[in-house]
Amino acid sequence: MQIKTVTDRFSKNRLAIAGLAIVTVLFIIALCAPFIAPYDYKTINVRAILMPPGKAHLLGTDDLGRDLLSRIIWGSRISLAVGFVAVGISTVIGIVLGSLAGYYGRWIDSTIMRFVDMMLCFPSFFLILTVIAFVGPSIWNIMIIIGLTSWMGVARLVRAEFLSLKEREFVLSAVTSGAKDLRIIFVHILPNALTPVFVSAVLGVAAAVLVEGALSFLGLGVQPPTPSWGNILTSGKDNIEIAWWLSVFPGLAILLTVLGYNLLGEGLRDALDPKFKS
Amino acid sequence: MIPVLLGVTIISFSIIHLAPGKPTDIMTELNPKITPEARQRLEKYYGLDKPILVQYGIWLKRIVRLDFGNSFSTDSRPVIDKIWDKNLPLLDRKLSITLLINILSISLILLFAIPIGVYSSTHPYSFFDRVSTVFVFLGFATPAFWLALLLMMLFGVKLGWLPISGLKSLNYSSLSAMMQVFDKAQHLILPVFVSAFGGIAGMSRYMRSSMLEALRNDYIITARAKGLSETAVVYKHALRNALLPIITILCLSIPGLIGGSVIFETIFGIPGMGQLSFQAIMTRDYPVIMGLLFITAVLTLIANLLADVCYAFADPRIRVNKG
Amino acid sequence: MNILNVNIFLFTTLALLFTAPFASAYESDNNTEYGDAVIVGSIGEPSILIPMLASDGPSHDVCGLVFNGLVKYAPDLTLVGDLAESWDISNNGLTITFYLKKGVVWEDGVDFTADDVYFGFKTITDPNTPTAYSEDFRQVSTAEVLGPHTFRVTYEKPFAPALSSWGNLPVLPKHLLEGKDIRKNELTRKPVGLGPFKFNKWVPGEKLILDANPAYFEGRPFLNNYIFRFIPDPATMFLELQAGSVDLMSLTPLQFVRQTDSKYFKENFNKFKYPVFSYTYLAFNFLFPLFQDLRVRQAIAHAVNKQEIIDGVFLGLAQEATGPYVPNTWPYNPTVKTYPYNPDRSRALLSDAGWADTDNDGILDREGIPFEFTILTNMGNTRRLKTATIIQWRLEMIGIKVNIRVLEWATLINEFVDKKRFQALIMGWGIGLDPDQYDIWHSSKTGEKEFNFISYKNPAVDILLEKGRRIFNIEERKKIYFKFHEIIAEEVPYIFLYVPYALPIIHARFKNIKPEPIGISYNINKWYVPKKMQRHSLVP
Repeated sequence: MQIKTVTDRFSKNRLAIAGLAIVTVLFIIALCAPFIAPYDYKTINVRAILMPPGKAHLLGTDDLGRDLLSRIIWGSRISLAVGFVAVGISTVIGIVLGSLAGYYGRWIDSTIMRFVDMMLCFPSFFLILTVIAFVGPSIWNIMIIIGLTSWMGVARLVRAEFLSLKEREFVLSAVTSGAKDLRIIFVHILPNALTPVFVSAVLGVAAAVLVEGALSFLGLGVQPPTPSWGNILTSGKDNIEIAWWLSVFPGLAILLTVLGYNLLGEGLRDALDPKFKS
Repeated sequence: MIPVLLGVTIISFSIIHLAPGKPTDIMTELNPKITPEARQRLEKYYGLDKPILVQYGIWLKRIVRLDFGNSFSTDSRPVIDKIWDKNLPLLDRKLSITLLINILSISLILLFAIPIGVYSSTHPYSFFDRVSTVFVFLGFATPAFWLALLLMMLFGVKLGWLPISGLKSLNYSSLSAMMQVFDKAQHLILPVFVSAFGGIAGMSRYMRSSMLEALRNDYIITARAKGLSETAVVYKHALRNALLPIITILCLSIPGLIGGSVIFETIFGIPGMGQLSFQAIMTRDYPVIMGLLFITAVLTLIANLLADVCYAFADPRIRVNKG
Repeated sequence: MNILNVNIFLFTTLALLFTAPFASAYESDNNTEYGDAVIVGSIGEPSILIPMLASDGPSHDVCGLVFNGLVKYAPDLTLVGDLAESWDISNNGLTITFYLKKGVVWEDGVDFTADDVYFGFKTITDPNTPTAYSEDFRQVSTAEVLGPHTFRVTYEKPFAPALSSWGNLPVLPKHLLEGKDIRKNELTRKPVGLGPFKFNKWVPGEKLILDANPAYFEGRPFLNNYIFRFIPDPATMFLELQAGSVDLMSLTPLQFVRQTDSKYFKENFNKFKYPVFSYTYLAFNFLFPLFQDLRVRQAIAHAVNKQEIIDGVFLGLAQEATGPYVPNTWPYNPTVKTYPYNPDRSRALLSDAGWADTDNDGILDREGIPFEFTILTNMGNTRRLKTATIIQWRLEMIGIKVNIRVLEWATLINEFVDKKRFQALIMGWGIGLDPDQYDIWHSSKTGEKEFNFISYKNPAVDILLEKGRRIFNIEERKKIYFKFHEIIAEEVPYIFLYVPYALPIIHARFKNIKPEPIGISYNINKWYVPKKMQRHSLVP
């Protein structure tokens, strides 16, 4: 497939461009947090607890008098980190298991697919909640556990790609030329199977951001003083009747982020998958 | 099915039992009046002093007889009573409450998602398609717990139209049968809507792309070429085919829906499985957690089985064979 | 999440656990208006309704209304008789003889006798009874029934907290429970008691209804019903209060200060405020050489601004703690050493101890090791978390790096506290009304799973604690515990942070509520609603 046709197709999709814009802005905000945040996100001020949005604090203050805008800006780093690391983990696991199953087939395939079926039977949020509650919440635990419970889709995708690709001529010729299995898997087949994986990874980031938000909301998220959108929402919930800004703004931040990744992911899928050209 | 179920229970059991900490700590809290011996007594009472394999064996032997054991919480009621309390009316049992909400929300999802998806796919890039696409993306991106909070504020507090929490009003038992249904419906509106919201968005998207794909198939072209009316083409041939993947996705989403129950049942104060599981997790009530995981797994497997049946039923090839 | 936030319920828990309704000494209204129900919002749901088996606030809230004890704490926090008319303590302090009130009946009409108490005592000391409260009763060497209304217990050693242990824990209806498994019988969910209210119905996940007990020995309560509604979320509960479907709940400080400050609330509700019998502390683990240095502990104490924490976390609705006792109770010594906020003093103390920022990274160091430690606290308590966050921020200012780890309760206790694998902790102690704190501070209590988990050892404190629990005379005990409080304050093994207030709010139609140091629930059977204001006519 031509890179040019892909970019052409992508750039004609206004929603996809919007998604790319949101994600880019988010990256910039996260990277430049120390320079754009108006206040130190840690500075507590017990005389300015729960101040509504105003001149001094554009988005108001939280329940310890900290500037909400600064905390939301710093919180973008957590979303970014959780999204990418969790998806990184799940993608790696998914690719490895999916390739093994798809390439070798037979009992390896059926064992791995049975395992996928098992994992799909779990209410994954329930499982994540249990493990986090038991091992203690920390940003690393959250990333790892989200990663460990969300690889099944990738595995299935990769397996399906492998099943069709391994019968292709260029693979068969590699096999007859005596290439090692690992080489065939990683050099010949995998690069050709990565397109759908890439799309699903972008969408996976969105899902991970939502899960992190929900976990932090239930009090099982990242630890203070680190701000995350989910844990700001927890105090938003505690103070919902008098501090709407604590609920509305971090919620909007999550919404925009997830929206951005979804638009980007869908746009990429449409651009990369010629079937959707109408 | 059985091996999957067995695997699920082994994974759950080991995760729960290998995590640090013991449930008895909750009971003893930091009560300065409890001695180490008293703690050991408690551990023995709950069978936690045995090796984990033995514990699993005991659990498995019980589960065959559908006995989930007794809860570790101080009431030590059988887990099954907590989930399916025979002393309560059928619809008030925790399992039925959660199932009811999920069934209602799945119905709501299908009711909205299928027409939206079909219309979008038959009128691609029309105004409606664009609006629904925006809605779909927004719906996909909205955190359910956030939506719940906003709706509670709007309808519960500001407007006062809907009750804020719970499943029925305090004076429920003194209401007439008609009013009881009405009262319950009022309480269910927000939770069902919140749990369906993301699903409507997601499912209509799947429906749209599934339909688009179906409409591109050869047999559709054949059907059109045969001169069948567009309605017949869309609804008789394409829709049936497009529904197949939807059924699968729907069944796959069941564990997610049950997992999501944890959040909105906690927010809305609904005494269902979600609330029970959150409490069980926080108090390390192993038998309850195991029971809930097991039931969810069974439900999911049943759903998968149903999906296969539906699949067979909806598959046009099978119909051709029949006739 | 607030599901585990026990604090919010302490007011009812403590008040009801230790006090059954109080007789009419404080009664001024000669009310005869029966009727109406009080609907109480409860975050948690009870788990078991037998007092000795219950370990959670909501269960004790219900049990407190259904069961009475032999003794109770009066509104002024002195110990008085409840089901016991009177008692004798032998001169050597080893024997207590209770003379029970006559004519008290269980709600099913059967007489309450010394056999019931003996049965309860046997059950609570039975190794097969999974109770967390048996220790006080294990000190008893013999228990005897001397007559239908006379019960005698003998201790091996004099044991001052003995008397207060005879609350409602060991009172059980023998005629209904004898020969049954205490954990598995119908009474665990449908209790039969002898208190002001009797059990009617429990709808799990929704509500629990108690009816007035017409046979109550101090007279039938004026209210027809006491109804608990289970609402797991405090914000939702507050909305229900505004909507009129909850009459009584515990407010958060924010709700107390800001949300209930309107005309509507002032006209329709009454708010109360009294100290909860608990304190929150920052504990140092003495096994770490870092914290063995008194100067370091005192430096940290001077760097923590308690008033700021109280303002920030409680909006001012708490008292500064100076030691392990609640201000204005008899063992509380008002003249002990305090540590006002003074970061300069902290820096000076730390520099005395050899700490300086030699590498200019903003963190103090000594011999190349930075001053960094981790505070552990339990999940589900936003107040402790906020407190930790404020302390973390303040200590950063004097060059100490603090990490916070929030752990689920069982993990925190089993893996970290019990095994002494922690540097510092923020937790709380609920304190009984007896000043004995042998288990927390005595040097013999530093074993695994024991409560001197900070490994604090001070021979002077040991002697005071040993003496204090063997003496009954309050004036003499007061001297001992004043001294104990003084040493603990000087040595700062904990930084004693705050004693929060209970903040109940109740609908204004309820009359005759008279706040006392013990709370408001002590005279629940005398609360009433004037006929024309009555709202609920729930037929029992």
